[in-house]
Amino acid sequence: MAAEHCTDSGHDLRFDLRIVASWIEPGSRVLDLGCADGKLLRFLRDTKGVQGLGIEHDEDEVVSCVAQGLSVIHGDINTELPGFPDKAFDYVVVSQTLQQAYEPTGLLHQMLRVGRRGIVSFPNFCCLQVRLQMAFSGHVPVTPELPYQWYNTPNIRVLSLEDFKTYSRAVPFAITRSLAVNPASDGSAREVRFWPNLLASYGIFMITAA
Amino acid sequence: MTQPTVGTVRTQSFTFAHPPHPMTLDSGVGLGPVSLAYETCGELNADRSNAVLVCHALTGDAHVAGYHAGDDRPGWWEHYVGPGKPIDTDRYFVICSNVIGSCMGSCGPSSINPATGRYWGLDFPIVTIPDMVRAQRELVRHLGIDHLLAVTGGSLGGMQTLQWAAAYPDMMDGILALATTSRHSAQAIAFNEVARQSIMSDPNWKNGDYYDGVRPDLGLAVARMIGHITYLSDESMHVKFGRELRGGQFAFNFEGDFQVESYLHHQGKKFVERFDANAFLYVTKAADYFDLDLANPDSPARRALATTKARFLLASFTSDWLYPTYQSRQVVDILKALGRDVSFCEITAPWGHDAFLLPDQRLETVIRGFLGGLHGC
Repeated sequence: MAAEHCTDSGHDLRFDLRIVASWIEPGSRVLDLGCADGKLLRFLRDTKGVQGLGIEHDEDEVVSCVAQGLSVIHGDINTELPGFPDKAFDYVVVSQTLQQAYEPTGLLHQMLRVGRRGIVSFPNFCCLQVRLQMAFSGHVPVTPELPYQWYNTPNIRVLSLEDFKTYSRAVPFAITRSLAVNPASDGSAREVRFWPNLLASYGIFMITAA
Repeated sequence: MTQPTVGTVRTQSFTFAHPPHPMTLDSGVGLGPVSLAYETCGELNADRSNAVLVCHALTGDAHVAGYHAGDDRPGWWEHYVGPGKPIDTDRYFVICSNVIGSCMGSCGPSSINPATGRYWGLDFPIVTIPDMVRAQRELVRHLGIDHLLAVTGGSLGGMQTLQWAAAYPDMMDGILALATTSRHSAQAIAFNEVARQSIMSDPNWKNGDYYDGVRPDLGLAVARMIGHITYLSDESMHVKFGRELRGGQFAFNFEGDFQVESYLHHQGKKFVERFDANAFLYVTKAADYFDLDLANPDSPARRALATTKARFLLASFTSDWLYPTYQSRQVVDILKALGRDVSFCEITAPWGHDAFLLPDQRLETVIRGFLGGLHGC
């Protein structure tokens, strides 16, 4: 039954989502904020028996999640979280979505209220490629991780890996795990250990309440 | 191209609560015997785990899909129920029964009171949506089914669906409630009351005792016209009719110049041929009484929902102003707070409340995906 729901979909998982997935314990409860077409939730369900829920504002993406048998609420990540009870989830994932939050601090507080852990991933706005574009082209940077023009970007804020660490002390919250990476051409990611804030285009953090 | 269909179906009947063991209704009155008209399509599998109960809307019937012998009109949800369709009769055993209090084969005011041998009329007790669902529960038992894969329906059928979850929270894997509400709003009650007043002010209504004479067709037709307005939307009326005139110009009389007028007249006229005026009073009253009282932490419905393992999906339609999105959202928010597995989608559709009955690619995908996901992997 429902064989179309059960295929291993890991190979077409975006590089950052593969890392996020590898951090999640089997059998846990996961809330994915801005889950898009549900690739992460489906992978987690099919390979780790995860009980997932997505929040997604785009109607067609919502329909495509339901089509895969996933649970999803058609709504706005900025307003959906207060309705969940405390610690309803083991992980709350915000993948490439924090840049789109109206009130990131409120969102983070809510994430760490409804979830035991948060996983946040975002493109690093201070990687070398961005810095060089700013310095030499005189234009707002456009990169594979930040592919938009200033007039059509959904990212209403940009940040660097260091900014996120500074921010963790201000909110405060604890960073319990982090990984700085560059996407590789085969769809995987290469870890950047040396000067990550300059040399990594992408950061993934696991956070908990301070 | 010929659409796939379940083909010829037959309405069946099930009677229970024979005297001296009547079914006790919410009003405290006993009703018995209780008879239900129902149809099934698809095959019940060996472990009896593939039954999907479909609940019909206000004036619907048990004829959900396929064709009656010698009739070229399909069931009311033919687009969604059939082989290979979203509610796939190659996979699921589909059950649909007419609600009690109605007039499409189940017992109601237009059926014969066995105690008197006369039409019930207003002697038929007032029934509620929980009463309707209790009767369906007996039918499901009669069919030898302990557990339903899913319960689904739109509008009044969605209310029954939610009531099923509240009354029998362990009896199903999935609850799929479309274009519905957990409590009938003042606006919805208001429209129903105007419709009822239209029937009751027809001189032929005679306190519901009209079965041996002329029927209150005029009152019932106007009641239907009022109802029909609430099923459409400003946009769909504009698209369908605009200000189009039947004769191309004003007739300077009151005979219905506008296409929309003639459409409503037609709907009213068609309706009196198939529906009973008293039954309309009963089913609208049942809708008006419906309130799961979910905001109250101590309500039985909320307590029941807190324990269910069923997965929920609620879908609303952007242009539905009879049961607007916020009413589905209220149910979703309660289920969220209770930590239940709930999905929600607001589907963009211009057709108003009627949208759940009309072909819609997104609704097809949602229904198919939700039911498919209930099997797990």
